[in-house]
Amino acid sequence: MAVNVMKHCVKCTRVWNQLARCQPVLSRCYQTNNNGEQVADIVISGGGMVGAAMACSLGHESVLQNKKIILLEAAPQKQFKLTEKLSNRTCTLSPASIQLFERCGVWPVIESMRCQQVLRMQVWESCSNSLISFNQDEMSDELAYVAENDVILESINRRLNEIKDRIEVMYSTKAENIQIPGGLDEPDSNAWVNILLNNGQTLKTKLLVGSDGMNSTVRKAANLHTVSFDYNQKAIVAVLNISETDNNVAWQRFLPTGPIAMLPMSDTAMSLIWTTSPEHADHLRSLSSESLVDAVNDAFWHDRDINQVADNFTNNFQKLLNNILPGESSLRQLPPTITGLQEGSVASFPLGLTHASNYVRHRVALIGDAAHRMHPLAGQGVNLGFGDVAKLTEIITKAASDGSDLGTLSYLKEYETSRQRKVLPVMATIDGLQRLYHTDFTPVVLLRSLGLQATNALGPLKNKIIEKASD
Amino acid sequence: MLSRKTLKLIGCGNYCRSCILTSNNCKTLTSVKFGTSRSSSLHCPLALTFSKLRYQKAGMCSGFQIGRNCSSKSQNRPVVTTTMDEEELKHFQALAKSWWDETGDFEALHAMNKLRVPFIRDGLVDQNDIVESDGLPLKDLTIVDVGSGGGILSEPLARLGAFVIGLDPVEESTTIAQLHLKEDPRVQCRVKYINGSVEDLASTESEKFDAVVASEVVEHVADLVSFVESCCKLLKPGGSLFITTMNKTVLSKSLAVFAAEKVFKIVPEGTHDWEKFVPPEDLKVILENNNMDVKMIHGMLYLPVFREWKWVKDTSINYALHAVKIDPTDVADDRL
Repeated sequence: MAVNVMKHCVKCTRVWNQLARCQPVLSRCYQTNNNGEQVADIVISGGGMVGAAMACSLGHESVLQNKKIILLEAAPQKQFKLTEKLSNRTCTLSPASIQLFERCGVWPVIESMRCQQVLRMQVWESCSNSLISFNQDEMSDELAYVAENDVILESINRRLNEIKDRIEVMYSTKAENIQIPGGLDEPDSNAWVNILLNNGQTLKTKLLVGSDGMNSTVRKAANLHTVSFDYNQKAIVAVLNISETDNNVAWQRFLPTGPIAMLPMSDTAMSLIWTTSPEHADHLRSLSSESLVDAVNDAFWHDRDINQVADNFTNNFQKLLNNILPGESSLRQLPPTITGLQEGSVASFPLGLTHASNYVRHRVALIGDAAHRMHPLAGQGVNLGFGDVAKLTEIITKAASDGSDLGTLSYLKEYETSRQRKVLPVMATIDGLQRLYHTDFTPVVLLRSLGLQATNALGPLKNKIIEKASD
Repeated sequence: MLSRKTLKLIGCGNYCRSCILTSNNCKTLTSVKFGTSRSSSLHCPLALTFSKLRYQKAGMCSGFQIGRNCSSKSQNRPVVTTTMDEEELKHFQALAKSWWDETGDFEALHAMNKLRVPFIRDGLVDQNDIVESDGLPLKDLTIVDVGSGGGILSEPLARLGAFVIGLDPVEESTTIAQLHLKEDPRVQCRVKYINGSVEDLASTESEKFDAVVASEVVEHVADLVSFVESCCKLLKPGGSLFITTMNKTVLSKSLAVFAAEKVFKIVPEGTHDWEKFVPPEDLKVILENNNMDVKMIHGMLYLPVFREWKWVKDTSINYALHAVKIDPTDVADDRL
């Protein structure tokens, strides 16, 4: 008996040693259960720019290399070819977004495809002659880059394909039904989010990231409260041709109907985003190319909205500013003349604001438009989405290196707090600006004009704004 | 010869089936025969030590204060309660259900993980000169989590790659911990919960572990000296002991007991008995008597409004301690 026990003990030690060696392999992957259920640590629902960037960013964290991460994309895998034709959907990428892309190896791909530097930004309005312009010292550094959505998404997807051993992308797949555990009353069953896919498969995950846009299924399943309203405005987008070659300035003019903006896309092309009333937008869409080009030129150049009172005041105020702070004010630059329009590039879409009161709950986090969608007037929407990606990556990495369950609410709350502190002021400012410039009421016009001029004259304040806009 | 019944009695009959399913490497091991029975439990290294341990125990029943279940066929293990107060035990049994509610009674303990897990991780990484890049810094280290409760600390340590033995004298807690373990296949093979006391384990498994963690435990034990002695005994030479507990000061009496239990209701009333709190100096002396070298003592502060812990210099309320068992060979080397 005793001898036998001894033998077993020796065996035990050997098996222990063997197991110690094979254990790391055990942890590497979950496997499909017998009943066709797949298990993952993180599932990202929605493979748009923000969702794909999230997957890519997580794939570059070494702490997460043993975790199973799945990206669900409703569209089939596309073969993208870069053509001469420019796309009408573009993004203005802030330095912080570019930093995120650099960190996960996406930026070189975007640069090799197509993007355009913005060195200067000029904002003015139609009711007075006040203006503000932004640029880094001596126009040496870029304020932002303008890139087409297609180019950004393709670059991220190429990168995802290179790291497919870490990130599994399921194309033509979307979540049909999501069951999120209640958490508090059922502590025994709060371990997994169950996702029924359109192909009949079931996914189980510890953390579900919702990047499925403004009508987010994840947000609805998580029953997160949202505040939303319609601006009763539509945006017209188009690709415009200009004759200029040194094309590095972004232009924005506030009209009483809404702001019109042109962003440099290439040396001879501009991306137009014109927000206006739905009726006006429909009218603009019905115009011929030539008439639309004329309408755009007119919108940037006309002075029939000029408010005489405000104009007198601002002219005098400008003289005063020039005396106090000589050399501080920048010269007005004239926008380029539009010469044509890329065929078939005109489109329009309605504008609204949506904000989820909470971005997270137990085992769920929302990013991008699923959490917040805003007026496109400052081009901040997608940058806030990429900001979400950077922060959530940081939090998930922290949770993983603390050995925590990745869907733990206390870590996700850190993400929420940090992002809401950033997103809410931006949304409020942009919403405020939109309302401030949506009128031609004289006192308002006067005040906003003087305010804009003063801001423009104060270098340090302007630098602060640039700083704020870049992170 | 170990019979199937014995294996069941020692509590590993159904253990760790999942790891056979999850790796081909492991499949080869299904053929290992343990006595006459073919048991899947052999796939878990922790189950192995414990089958050994329990076997020895079963043979030496008289040497222990064995609880009600020793001879029954159930999987319940002997309950040994040498350092746990009877009254405190009752109190915790009532609480065990809420262990895994992150915002419930144990919110402060869940929140403490953000401090204590990195504290243990970094302490072990430094002590063992670990270089890692794959998210498993504690790979294959063996850790005993003394007073594991519902497993709030055991699971994170296992997720970082360690093999963890969670030790708790309250049967309900270990049952809850064991149940919760099933919800994460990644840690299931790396954690084993035992219903018992540290003295119990130390008598059979001395010098077997890389680390012993006693987090928020020493303020609840009846015989501190014997408790610390047993913890130290479990450690291999060079192994680390991590303790987090409360200081015995006026401040801790007013904040950690009065304010936390009566005003903020962070912890349920009756959780702490100030008389049992330990000043760090006293703990240091006890540890040094056990051949331990105290590396670090650091203060901790709970901010109820933010529901988070912060490292602070001041150790007068909560503190964390890291001590290392002096390796006699190192000492000899130093003398040379």
